[in-house]
Amino acid sequence: MNYHLLREFADSWALIIMTGLFLALIGWAFLPRNREANRRAAHSIFENENDNG
Amino acid sequence: MENTAIRAGGWTLLGFACLFASAMAADAPFAVHMGIFAIAALIAAWVSIGRVGSEEKRAFADSRRDVYYDEVIRWGTIATVFWGVVGFLVGVFIAAQLTFPWLNVEPYLNFGRLRPLHTSAVIFAFGGNALIATSFYIVQRTCRASLFMPGLARFVFWGYQLFIVLAATGYLMGVTEGKEYAEPEWYVDIWLTIVWVAYLVVFAGTIFRRAEPHIYVANWFYLAFIITIAMLHLVNNLSMPVSLLGSKSYAAFSGVQDALTQWWYGHNAVGFFLTAGFLGMMYYFVPKQAERPVYSYRLSIVHFWSLIFLYIWAGPHHLHYTALPDWAQTLGMVFSVMLWMPSWGGMINGLMTLNGAWDKIRTDPIIRMMVFALAFYGMSTFEGPMMSIKAVNSLSHYTNWTIGHVHSGALGWNGMITFGALYYMVPRLWGRTRLYSLRMVNWHFWCATLGIVLYAASMWVAGVTQGLMWREYGDNGYLVYSFAEVVAALHPYYLIRWSGGLLYLAGALIMVWNIWMTIAGKLRDEAPLTDAAFDPAKDRPLPAPAAANVAPAE
Repeated sequence: MNYHLLREFADSWALIIMTGLFLALIGWAFLPRNREANRRAAHSIFENENDNG
Repeated sequence: MENTAIRAGGWTLLGFACLFASAMAADAPFAVHMGIFAIAALIAAWVSIGRVGSEEKRAFADSRRDVYYDEVIRWGTIATVFWGVVGFLVGVFIAAQLTFPWLNVEPYLNFGRLRPLHTSAVIFAFGGNALIATSFYIVQRTCRASLFMPGLARFVFWGYQLFIVLAATGYLMGVTEGKEYAEPEWYVDIWLTIVWVAYLVVFAGTIFRRAEPHIYVANWFYLAFIITIAMLHLVNNLSMPVSLLGSKSYAAFSGVQDALTQWWYGHNAVGFFLTAGFLGMMYYFVPKQAERPVYSYRLSIVHFWSLIFLYIWAGPHHLHYTALPDWAQTLGMVFSVMLWMPSWGGMINGLMTLNGAWDKIRTDPIIRMMVFALAFYGMSTFEGPMMSIKAVNSLSHYTNWTIGHVHSGALGWNGMITFGALYYMVPRLWGRTRLYSLRMVNWHFWCATLGIVLYAASMWVAGVTQGLMWREYGDNGYLVYSFAEVVAALHPYYLIRWSGGLLYLAGALIMVWNIWMTIAGKLRDEAPLTDAAFDPAKDRPLPAPAAANVAPAE
């Protein structure tokens, strides 16, 4: 691994792909149809409370 | 029976191989370390032999899917408390060494050797054991599944303790790669890699057998922590040993490449070991202790992906004004500043979980610890981006300000969230109705808080003093102060810092007593921390006015 390898990575499409991936993942969290799933996930740690068993 | 014999035989053979390596060692520290490996292998063999006859019982206990496997979490809890006290004690001692230099006992107990002992003890021994124990606790409960391969989990626990002992004894003997937070030499690095892969197998295996369709967000943070630490550890420790039976090795990189790799590692150790892992703790224990769901699950997802995508670029801010190309320094600075937002999003998410239950901060000292931890997470994730700005960094770098920043994060955020998690888990792990004493949690909280305030405040003043004195030029263009004059000016701040550390240690000792008594099954007879006011003397009807009491005249 050297400077030029990293520089080529930075100058290529890799950064745009990573930015796109990031935005897609954030956007996914904001999809309205995930609202109910998020609510359920947040409450999931309180269902069937039982410390061991 | 045969299996046990094979296993015990294997450990014995391994032990003798290590003894042989010890005898043939190229240097004394390597001989000592191979001796420690041999002792560990022979203990493992001895324990295996002791299990002859009870294999079936043990196999049955390990194969049970109807209870959570908590044994290794109980060990991890005790190890966390033990290593915490060791790490704090060494920290207090090296703070005293900086204040009173005659405390440097050459060669084994000088500052240079004890300092990595302190950092590794608190980060990897205290923090690492806390992360392993809480991750096993949380992954089982959020996945509603028992731990995958309990035997391997026991290996992870004991293997990790062996790593800690090897690292600590190595520092005292002067064995080091010279890379901050990655000091252990090549053979200890290989051992940690084996343990870490086993850890990943246990954790991911438990997620794969989950009964819950959704993977709770705390597990995302833990998984990111485990995978990223594996990657960082492997790349930063790439090195070539001088001899297969010697402790010395040379890094695969050199010069500025080595420095950048080191700080790519170093800053992401902060980002993924001390932040992502502990956020996993936060996203489970804060909602559980507050008894309400996390404020916004969506925000927790945004928090997660933002940290993952941004943190990995921030490392170059450790190399401002060095041989590192300017654009790389600026890149590190920009990403560090951007990190401020997701960090505060996470802090707000944690704090707002208490929305509608803010009174718990007053009535529940465990919640108070967690809220304090979140406040310090917010404070140090603001201070960090600010210090990464080049203009600020030119004043703060190489000064005690950095030490103050690290400790407001480590003592305030990592320490306090861990104490909160320990206080939450201990009664549940040992089947007690409650902690031995809530009032002692309160004492712990105030000792630790006061300690942190003294620590951070004195180091800010010391750091700015140092930075300003170093850059003070006289009329003729010469530096006004010599280095030793700056050191002398710091003496009072070092004294204050030392007293802050002592207070923090005192709080931890109160915790040791509290957890010890809780495990022993004792309940302290004490007045509750809060109660609605009640005065029996006033609990009666109002007396009638005097005039009305007089009997009517005939």
